[in-house]
Formats: sequence, C-alpha cells, structure tokens
Amino acid sequence: MREQAMDLYEHQARELLRENGVLVPRAEVVDTAEAARAAAERLGGRVVIKAQVKTGGRGKAGGVKLADDPAAAEQTARRILGMDIKGHTVHRVMVAEPVEVEREMYLGFTLDRAAGRFLAIASAEGGMEIEEVAARRPEAVARIPIDPAEGVTEAKADEIAAAGGLPPETAGTISRLWTVLTAYDALLVEINPLVVTRSGAIVALDGKVTLDDNARFRQPSWDDSGDRARDPLEARAAAAGLGYVKLDGQVGVIGNGAGLVMSTLDVVAGCGARPADFLDIGGGASAQVMADGLSLVLDDPEVRSVLVNVFGGITACDAVADGIVRALDTVALTKPLVVRLDGNNAARGRAILGQLAHPLVHQADTMDGAAARAAELAA
Amino acid sequence: MAIFLTKDSKVIVQGMTGAEGMKHTRRMLAAGTDVVGGVNPRKAGARVEIGGRTVPVFGSVREAMDATGADVSVLFVPPPHAKAAVTEAADARIPLAVVITEGIPVHDAVAFQAYARARATRIIGPNCPGLISPGQSNAGIIPADITKPGRIGLVSKSGTLTYQLMYELRDIGFSTCVGIGGDPVIGTTHIDALAAFEADPDTDLIVMIGEIGGDAEERAARYIADHVTKPVVGYIAGFTAPEGRTMGHAGAIVSGSSGTAAAKKAALEAAGVSVGATPTETAGLVVALLDDLAETPGNVA
Repeated sequence: MREQAMDLYEHQARELLRENGVLVPRAEVVDTAEAARAAAERLGGRVVIKAQVKTGGRGKAGGVKLADDPAAAEQTARRILGMDIKGHTVHRVMVAEPVEVEREMYLGFTLDRAAGRFLAIASAEGGMEIEEVAARRPEAVARIPIDPAEGVTEAKADEIAAAGGLPPETAGTISRLWTVLTAYDALLVEINPLVVTRSGAIVALDGKVTLDDNARFRQPSWDDSGDRARDPLEARAAAAGLGYVKLDGQVGVIGNGAGLVMSTLDVVAGCGARPADFLDIGGGASAQVMADGLSLVLDDPEVRSVLVNVFGGITACDAVADGIVRALDTVALTKPLVVRLDGNNAARGRAILGQLAHPLVHQADTMDGAAARAAELAA
Repeated sequence: MAIFLTKDSKVIVQGMTGAEGMKHTRRMLAAGTDVVGGVNPRKAGARVEIGGRTVPVFGSVREAMDATGADVSVLFVPPPHAKAAVTEAADARIPLAVVITEGIPVHDAVAFQAYARARATRIIGPNCPGLISPGQSNAGIIPADITKPGRIGLVSKSGTLTYQLMYELRDIGFSTCVGIGGDPVIGTTHIDALAAFEADPDTDLIVMIGEIGGDAEERAARYIADHVTKPVVGYIAGFTAPEGRTMGHAGAIVSGSSGTAAAKKAALEAAGVSVGATPTETAGLVVALLDDLAETPGNVA
C-alpha cells in the first residue's frame, strides 16, 4: 500500500497551471546561491526568492523574500537554502519575476468528503491570511459544490466568480483550474494568491496541487523519484510494496489491515510506550511479505521490541508465522518479538512459533496483552 | 431480520472469474450466500464450478438480474475498470452494489457515487470488506466463521477492526456487520447504517468503529443524539497518528486540527456514546450494556 495523496512542489504546480493556460510569473528553480544570481540576471535583476518546500507558512517562516538585484538575490538565496521550515529542509528555491499586484484573491477546488463531490472555494480576500479569513468571517469565503456529471461549465465558472466576489475576468482561470483538477486526477488545486496586476492581467502567484496516487495507472507522466520517501526505511518499504510510516518511538508495530494497525499503535501508546512505525502487511499477506516487513522493522535502530498483531481474516496466521520463521533465517534476532495471532489458522500459526522455541519470541493471547508485553520489553 | 442483506438476497459477483473473485465466491457460497451468477462479458454463457456449485456467468449485470432475480452485486473489478462496472450495475438498477476494490481514483468514486445515487443503487464501499448478516448471507470478504447470529449491529470504516470486534463478541453474535470502507468518498455512511440499525427490530445495540480523517464520525454523533434510541458503543482508531501522514487507508489522514481521533471521540461521548480505549475494552462496554438492557424491566434483549 502506498501514500495516497502526493503534494507537488510550488514549481511543479505552477508548471501544470502554465501548461493549461493560466498566467504565471516568469521564474526559474535553482539549488545554489550562485545559480540564483544568474537566474536573477536573466529575469531582469529584481526578483522574489521562494523556498521550495511542501508545507504552508513559508512566508511567515522567512522563506519568501524580495531581492532588489542579482547580488542581493545571491545573498538571499544563500540564507534561504538549507533553512528548516516546519521540519522540511529547503534544497531548492524559485527565483521569480516580481508582479505589480493590484489585488489578491483566493481560488481553489477541493474534495468535500461528506457530500462526495468537489467544491470550488473562492474569496475576494486572498494571500497569507486566508485560513484566518475563513475562520473569522466564513461568509467572505464562498463554497460552491460542483455537480460531478456537469463539471465546471462556462456558466458555473461565472457563478463561482460572482459568489466569491472575484472579477468576471477570472472565469477563464476558474475553468482552467478545473481542467487541471480533472485532467491530472488532483484531490486539491489552489491558487493563493490569484492576483489582478496593475496592467489588469489575472496571474497565479502561487499554486498548490495534490495528486491522487490511486490514479497513477493512468497518469504515467508523474515523476516523483526520490522525493516521496523522507526516510530511508520508508523508501525501502515502498520498494517492497509495504504500507509503512516511520514514527519516533521504540516499539516496532506490524499488523494486517490499516484499522487494526492504527489501533495497535494506540494500544501501545496506552501502555506508556511509543510506537516506532506503522506497518501494514495488508490483506492475504504471504510469508514473504511478513518476512520483508519484519526485516525492515528490525533494521530500524530505534526499535527496542517488535509487536506483531495479526487478526487473520483473508490473511492466514500460519503464513504469518512462516514469514517470521523465514525472516529469522536471514536476520539475527537481537530484539524481543511479541506475537499475537488470532483468527484464520491461528492454532497452526501458534504451533509453528511454539516449535521455533526462540528465546526472544514471545506469544500473547490478546491484543492488549501483547501490547503491554511489547511496551514492557522496550522500556 | 438484518440490514441491507438477508437470507433472501440473491447475489451476483462482478469480476467473479478473476483470482480474487473465485476465492471469495467460494467463501461466500460456504457461508450460505445465495450466489446466483457471475458477470464477465468475455465469458458470458460459461458455467463455473465453485465450492460444489455450478454458477452461471452472464454478459452483463442486466442479463444476470433478468435471469436470476439478483438484487445484490459484489464487485472485485480492478481499479481501472471499477467505474465502468459500478456504472453498469447502477444502469441495471440493482438495489445494492458492494465495491470491494481498493485503490479506485477519487474522481472515479465521485462520479460513480453520484451516478448510483441518481439511480437508487446503494453503494457500499469502495475499499471495504463488504457486509455479513451471520447465518444468512455474506457479501464480500468478511470471514464468516468467527461469529454467529445475534442482536448487535456493527458499522466500521476498517475491515480488520470489524473482524476483531466480531471475534471479541463472538459469543453474543450480530444481526449485520457492515464495513463501509476507508476511502474519502464512500457510498453508505455510518449514518446510513445507524438509521437502518435503529429501524431493525432484530438489532438491540450498535457498535460504531471510526478512524482519523474527515468528519464522518462527528456527523454520525450528531445523528445519534437526534435520532438513535438504541445504545451505541464506539471505538476510534488513530490517536497516535501524526499530522499529514496517510495511515494505510486513503481517507485516514489528520489535516491540521481536523480529523483527529480525539475530536471524534469527544463528539461521540457528547452524544451519549460509550467509547472504548481499545477494541477489547470496547467489547467489554458492549457486554456491560447488554447486561443492563437484559435487567431493565420490559426489555427482552
């Protein structure tokens, strides 16, 4: 199982917007201060330097600065490159031509889970404070549901502009943004701010796009190589097709099914320990998948004990036990392993582990008991 | 009785002739489900031997319904073809379509949910284990042999937590267990199942399992406060989930301050729902509440 939503960097998002006819300022993406200087020279001297990280609040964190000339651009880029913004290190900056802004607005399409359809969100007040506007004066932010059968027609685009208090000339941008949402299987597209320039042009100063990973089979152009897994163990898990999230505790958790694994993390936390990861071996997991998962978790240096919690439905507990035995053939077990098996073929699975008679492998009868034991062994 | 699925339900399987479809059709037949046909346009007219039964394959949902009187379809169709398959089921006006498929693009789910709603086809899922009315019928992949018929109704976003609670409460038994799925856009919601259990004379108590992401549990809590008279016991998974990370299920993600397990638990408790800290404790709350019901004069639990 994979991460389901994939955020794009600003520069990737603006490229999608540009390809679909939305005006964006001229810009280049660079990864050194010297290259920022050269880019500033090409863009006319005066530029905006913007940190490229996948998180909001870059402006407030000092990751967006105006530079008056190429020398200043180099200095500014040097300060921003390497900066940490909410846990994201800045490896690249965008050097962009500044825009003379007449007014700032907000425009986006997002999923309304409750209604099971997409919503347009539009506001005449855009910029850094849009979340505060939405919280303080919700009436200033229009939310217009889109009929999935109709999509955004010209009339609908006009309606969205009017409801949000945007000038009628933005209707074209609204239609183009909808095209980006549907053509690229995005879960979210956002332009904030969408601006009217002194010369009257409608320009996207910043864009955010979140893609739906489930649509990868029909979106072959997506390339996120080396970008998705922040952690080497996560990269390894992704290559092995395992649903894995690295956490910051000491009890390695492996289970079957997203809900049960999430629940297992909570029960471990309830026992006063911190889970080291979320690892879902999925439904109907083979012995090989179990072995891969266990090796991965054992290789996490933070892990002090491992809890395997399996409720066999489609998954057979004897296959899980076989996988544990197989993993122990290749990995020297130096950390205690607590195993709880229930459901399909549980008796056979328990017997396999009983025969193994490994001093570090403990069996538990219940989920709560297993979590308590694993927590105790990690202390 | 039961909700959505009874012993009289006639089930067809879209994608029956695939590996998953065959495996689970065999399991459904073993659980007593009246599987009356499979659908595969390329294998129409074939007859498949499964689990000691001969099941005919039809070229379309419409043909299968006309020939067998089927009123439930279970879909094991792979993600690229799922939208077309659900659309076909809705065009045939089948009353219930259970979409097991995991990994369907959200844009497809949005489109087929609206399409089905307009044609009065109830969708369960996608990315769900389906539903079982123990002793009567099983539509999907829920193991049938871990519990028995009884008077608890169960609705859950998670498959394995459904199994866990079914197993913990196996000695009491269930009217129906519905896995509604962990995707952001699903057809049948907690509220739909709560309403059906409230109206079901054979359900005495409802177990509701939720998880992080969205606000479906908060909305369900408001519905319970206003409309549900039967006792409800809740469980929420994902208290330890970090913000911004998808925890296995496509819909299970905490975004900023929204979608947290703590907020969902608080909303349920404010609506009078007892919420367990672990699945086992949740099962314990159910047992205690059923004991109270049995002791209440005039109640036959």
